[in-house]
Amino acid sequence: MYAILKKEKLAPGIWLMKVEAPFVARRAMPGQFIILRVKEGGERIPLTIADYDRQQGWVTIIFQEVGLTTRLLAQLNEGDGILDFVGPLGRASELDGLKRVLCIGGGVGVAPLYPQIKHLWEQGTSVDVIVGARSREYLILQDEIKGICNNLYITTDDGSYGRKGFVSDVLKELLEQGNEYDRVIAIGPLIMMKVVSGITKQYDVPTVVSMNPVMVDGTGMCGGCRVTVGGQVRYACVDGPDFDGHLVDFDEAMRRQRMYREEEEHICKLMDKLTEKEGL
Amino acid sequence: MAMNLKRVPMREQDPEVRRRNFNEVALGYSLEEAIEEAKRCLQCKKPMCVEGCPVNVRIPQFIAAVVDGNIEEAFRIIRQTNNLPAICGRVCPQETQCEQRCVLGKRGEPVAIGRLERFVADYCMEKGIDDEVDIRPNGKKVAIVGAGPAGLTAAADLAKLGYDVTIFEAFHEPGGVLIYGIPEFRLPKALVKKEIEGLKKLGVKILTNVIVGKSITIDELLEEEGYKAVFIGSGAGLPKFMGIPGENLNGVYSANEFLTRINLMKAYDFPNSHTPIKRGKRVAVVGGGNVAMDAARSALRLGADEVHIVYRRSEAEMPARLEEIHHAKEEGIIFDVLTNPVEILGQDGWVKGLKCVRMELGEPDESGRRRPVPVKGSEFVMDMDIVIMAIGTSPNPLIASTTPGLNVQKWGGIIADEETGATSKDRVYAGGDAVTGAATVILAMGAGKKAAKAIHERLSKE
Repeated sequence: MYAILKKEKLAPGIWLMKVEAPFVARRAMPGQFIILRVKEGGERIPLTIADYDRQQGWVTIIFQEVGLTTRLLAQLNEGDGILDFVGPLGRASELDGLKRVLCIGGGVGVAPLYPQIKHLWEQGTSVDVIVGARSREYLILQDEIKGICNNLYITTDDGSYGRKGFVSDVLKELLEQGNEYDRVIAIGPLIMMKVVSGITKQYDVPTVVSMNPVMVDGTGMCGGCRVTVGGQVRYACVDGPDFDGHLVDFDEAMRRQRMYREEEEHICKLMDKLTEKEGL
Repeated sequence: MAMNLKRVPMREQDPEVRRRNFNEVALGYSLEEAIEEAKRCLQCKKPMCVEGCPVNVRIPQFIAAVVDGNIEEAFRIIRQTNNLPAICGRVCPQETQCEQRCVLGKRGEPVAIGRLERFVADYCMEKGIDDEVDIRPNGKKVAIVGAGPAGLTAAADLAKLGYDVTIFEAFHEPGGVLIYGIPEFRLPKALVKKEIEGLKKLGVKILTNVIVGKSITIDELLEEEGYKAVFIGSGAGLPKFMGIPGENLNGVYSANEFLTRINLMKAYDFPNSHTPIKRGKRVAVVGGGNVAMDAARSALRLGADEVHIVYRRSEAEMPARLEEIHHAKEEGIIFDVLTNPVEILGQDGWVKGLKCVRMELGEPDESGRRRPVPVKGSEFVMDMDIVIMAIGTSPNPLIASTTPGLNVQKWGGIIADEETGATSKDRVYAGGDAVTGAATVILAMGAGKKAAKAIHERLSKE
């Protein structure tokens, strides 16, 4: 069991958990992820590492309740344990030597972006950040990010905070204004990463996206996380999760992400029924 | 007494019944059946069977004990050289090892050594009989990477010699291919768990959820964690795909993923188990090895109407065990041999069909088998909704890429001495599929054994 040291609600359905996992923390780097299993019979799901402390031996995960496993995870509290927690998996993001970077985070994708922003800031890179969310209440990690970047732009879909619109609107403006970046790092929903990559390609700005496909083991064994990048099949777990956004086949990735949608809906409905029963 | 040329048959679940359940197919011998079969052994002075066994089980001796009805003694004899007899009795390819060399095989059927080994192990496991081992701890730490057949065997031998052994396993459960790969109907998982419990009783520590090469490196184990030697038994887990169009369609699996979802994650029990799997009505499994048979028979048990094995050579060249091919056919798996997929066809992103070409056998290739060549204009399409690629695996580069000084082959296998498992790096040994590429459980166990011996020789000098 991996003890939950701290649990915090960041937004509706979005949680932060600090988990004791010395084997993960001792070698964790920005961009890497973990795989966890909440309890016996549970599914293995990947989650990106949001923060870590090597000395104290903990890592932070931030997740949104979207499927059964994340819902079960959200039911755990401080002092509870997560059955299995393994990592760090995947390659670390390559951040060395960058002079000026634009980081774009959508929704809960801001969480894995945070350690990268922090790392860039600490190494002296100039960092602009665009954060987007559905509405004000879904914005996360604003305070943390505010202090470690040059400019922070916030958008909400409904205009309840910051600017009304999408992260891509701000991105376009910044590029149109002639801002030059040696890299754009975009993490969020696949459609957001696709749109961002489409824009940056026009401006010829190298763009890295972080893929989060279906996977089982996370060590290259199952091949379930295949992503087509520049016509080549790559495994997100060992070759990624970071890939060149201009080369990723996003349409295929979106289709593959829907592979188990039927099963997910079915099992979530079952859980709803069960919760109802217990509630009565 | 006239020599009985026929072996005592082993009871099996009826094919019509078992094709829809995951329970074990072969039901094993009774005590009477085992004694009857054991009596067929000629007790050769120079037993060839022992030479055919990668871990040199003292076969005539244990069989003699079975004849006497002293099963406990038989168990003790087997366990002297084989730590996992209940597993080996089930999944070893005896027909190409011990049983192939049996003198009886020249005129009739060889002694059913595998079945007898299985009987002895099951009998003692059920009765809770365990062999007593006198362990004198020597305080020296040895790390084992991977809790599969090679690692478990090396760990057991080293623990018996007094070493303080820790196994590092990437998955949440130990067992390696015994747990994630080989299906329940061939190797019940409860049995694997019991064998692993036995290992823990020897004092072996198993740390799951630790990925050597990611969570910790080999150099850290040796330099910072105080391990005097490391044995790498990380297997060959990387699946191969054919590189044909359509392989990324929804509904295409590697056999590794398909079997891991079923065996390790118990997706057949969805939604009680939370891991989903796509249950196809028409399933094609590409490949002709044991893994292909396992995947095909698993797909059938998930409820498929029709399961095809698609193999580019002829049945004679299939690497799968005869018994597995036989079982698969009994259960109604359709064999499309001399057939090679050229494209997976899709509709709305999902598998719709498999386009294949007929093959014919030409001149022998470098493997000595006749090379299959496509027959021009013979393309045809089979309707399918699931396609499973079971065309082999290669070693995981994770460890090699994070261990400076560890030499590997071009194809990824760790270079290790065949007799000792010694690698190019001091104090680091390797064996099993990580060295040979995908092979058998027993060969991996043999390699684990040799490495344990070599590690002991090396460390006892210090």
